[in-house]
Amino acid sequence: MKIVVGHLYPDYLNIYADRGNIAVLARRAAWRGHELEVRSVSVGDPVEPGEHDLLYVGGGQDREQALVAEDLAAKADGVRAAVDGGAALLAVCGGYQLLGRSYRDFHGDDLPGIGLFPLETLAGDRRMIGDVLLECELEPGVVRTLAGFENHAGRTKLDAGAQPLGRVLAGFGNDGESGFEGCRAGGAVGTYLHGPLLPRNPWFADWVLAQALAHRLGEPPELEPLGDGLELEAHAVSAGRARTRGGRA
Amino acid sequence: MAPKFPRSSDQWASDSLPRGVRVPFPLAAEIALARAAGRLSRLARAGGGTTVPGKLLWKVDPGAVDRLAARLPLGSALISATNGKTTTAAMAAEILGARVRLAHNRSGANLVSGVASTLLEARGAELGLFEVDEAALPEVAARVRPRAVCLGNLFRDQLDRYGELEHVAAGWRSAVRSLPTDAALVLNGDDPQIGDLAHERPGAAVFGVDDPAVARPALQHAADSTHCVRCGAPYEYAAAYVGHLGDYRCPNCGHGRPPLTVAAREIRLQGLDAVAFRLDTPEGSRDVRLHVPGLYNVYNALAAASLARTLGASLDEIAAGLDRFSAAFGRFERIAVGDRRVLMLLIKNPAGANEAVRTIVDGGAPSLAVIALNDAIADGRDVSWIWDVDFEPLLAGLDRLVATGDRAAELALRFKYGGMDAAAIEVVPSLEQALDRGLELTPADGELVVLPTYTAMLALRKIVAGRGFVRPYWERAA
Repeated sequence: MKIVVGHLYPDYLNIYADRGNIAVLARRAAWRGHELEVRSVSVGDPVEPGEHDLLYVGGGQDREQALVAEDLAAKADGVRAAVDGGAALLAVCGGYQLLGRSYRDFHGDDLPGIGLFPLETLAGDRRMIGDVLLECELEPGVVRTLAGFENHAGRTKLDAGAQPLGRVLAGFGNDGESGFEGCRAGGAVGTYLHGPLLPRNPWFADWVLAQALAHRLGEPPELEPLGDGLELEAHAVSAGRARTRGGRA
Repeated sequence: MAPKFPRSSDQWASDSLPRGVRVPFPLAAEIALARAAGRLSRLARAGGGTTVPGKLLWKVDPGAVDRLAARLPLGSALISATNGKTTTAAMAAEILGARVRLAHNRSGANLVSGVASTLLEARGAELGLFEVDEAALPEVAARVRPRAVCLGNLFRDQLDRYGELEHVAAGWRSAVRSLPTDAALVLNGDDPQIGDLAHERPGAAVFGVDDPAVARPALQHAADSTHCVRCGAPYEYAAAYVGHLGDYRCPNCGHGRPPLTVAAREIRLQGLDAVAFRLDTPEGSRDVRLHVPGLYNVYNALAAASLARTLGASLDEIAAGLDRFSAAFGRFERIAVGDRRVLMLLIKNPAGANEAVRTIVDGGAPSLAVIALNDAIADGRDVSWIWDVDFEPLLAGLDRLVATGDRAAELALRFKYGGMDAAAIEVVPSLEQALDRGLELTPADGELVVLPTYTAMLALRKIVAGRGFVRPYWERAA
């Protein structure tokens, strides 16, 4: 089965090794006999609802974020329609911020967000940098951990009732106070975790892949297990880092 | 006797203290105390002891650094860059050191404390030659009041430590604006962020590569400053050489590479052994052969040559100095270990690692490599950068990878998801065991390629030094 990924602004938002996340999705799809086709969706390109099974938005520096913010606003309807239609979405760091309602940057300028996630972000004066570990329950009763690295000046505040991606076990998370990290709306997930996120969190890579496949197939897929020894070893080291030195930048 | 690169007479430093500086202790007493601390640190084997005296001095009296620098009769030159500052400074030292006594932080201690330590140790020095950490440049420049500053490149590097590239660039711009009015500025015009600083100071010397024959077919994945520093439109490149370094022009507003004062042309890459080029300057041209490989070393040589020229070195002195140069420690090193050799190239960020990979593959792609990934502060705690490195040309030739260091498993994943068979990857977190495993897999008289991050490089050197194969760097630096 072919899975079509729309990679938003790969030429602008690529600061935290976002191609690592894409590589993991591509290989893990291929090992199950699926093909991941990645299409660039950059400045001026439309998001056609139904075209993509997964939208991916990476992180950028303030300068790059400002360069794409206006263009993203023009794509807002397309992105919302895609997600409403069941496409999966993963947004990391800068991409996560831009998908909220607004982002006030370091210089005090307001960048419009597209309001896909019910949240707002304000740049703080101290960056929150370090290893981070989350506890997630994406399916009722199944609790798993996500390990990554965060580096953001933005303090992200979720609206009341918004669903976070996880609870912070170690590290800062959305704002360093609430104890929550990321935001989830159905098959759309935004998070500050890079590292990149997916190589050392194979269960989550498969969760994202399953959302994308479900959009393509119209039903939840069966994903056969893979030999994830290296991945789990990397996860354990990263989780250990968060426990010993996360949240103390 | 040849003249010693004098600067204009009104710039000659005196022993008098800057006005308004409060002196809590006599400088001589502080110096004696700090020097003793350095010796103690080395005796205690707490590393090279290279920054201990400076840290102490700085704690006792931050202004002492300024006064020590002001005592140098020929003033100071500063070199900063994300990549290549240690090598550039070592090349410049080779050129300048033939005629003047240098205070040079050759061990790479490049924060204010490292500069202070070097000033303490360098008795009788005439000219200060300091490589400076990118983030520390504004403070070091404010204290040392340099007569020349050479800015080499800005690449994404340790975002967890330095923050965003724009932030470092803004710090450099304000540092340049605050320089003494007659300080000379030497800039890499091929880097858009740095080339733009030429407008801050008319008369800045601009260097660059001008040889499309050695350009890359496309910008690398990790290219950083690809959008116009003025208007934000994507640059068009007539030639891209290393990362985003090249001959760029904005099709929207016309911002482009400034005219080159010093250029490298007719570049001939000669595998792992050397690189030759024609050095073109306003004073004439020379054919130069560097005994280190790679296009990135051409940039380092251009930076060193342009700086030395600005300080008064002749073209003959520059060519002779570059010819004498051998690699700065740990950046590129061949070490005999018993009947085998270790070829060690430092990797520390995407742009630098890409050049290391390119250099190795150009020299004949190896079938085995040991790659060491640590995540201490000096390496960058965030290891995501390895996913931005174009390891693929190396990966294509590998039959076996020994992944080592504190984040060995993460490195193994980079190669697994790059397409390498997981069964061909060995994860050996212990550096010493990984080195031994690599040597065991290397045939007698063969060469083992080792790519370590900074602290892994220091640890590996210590291991081979412990076996009697190399001297500790602080002895070598003496």
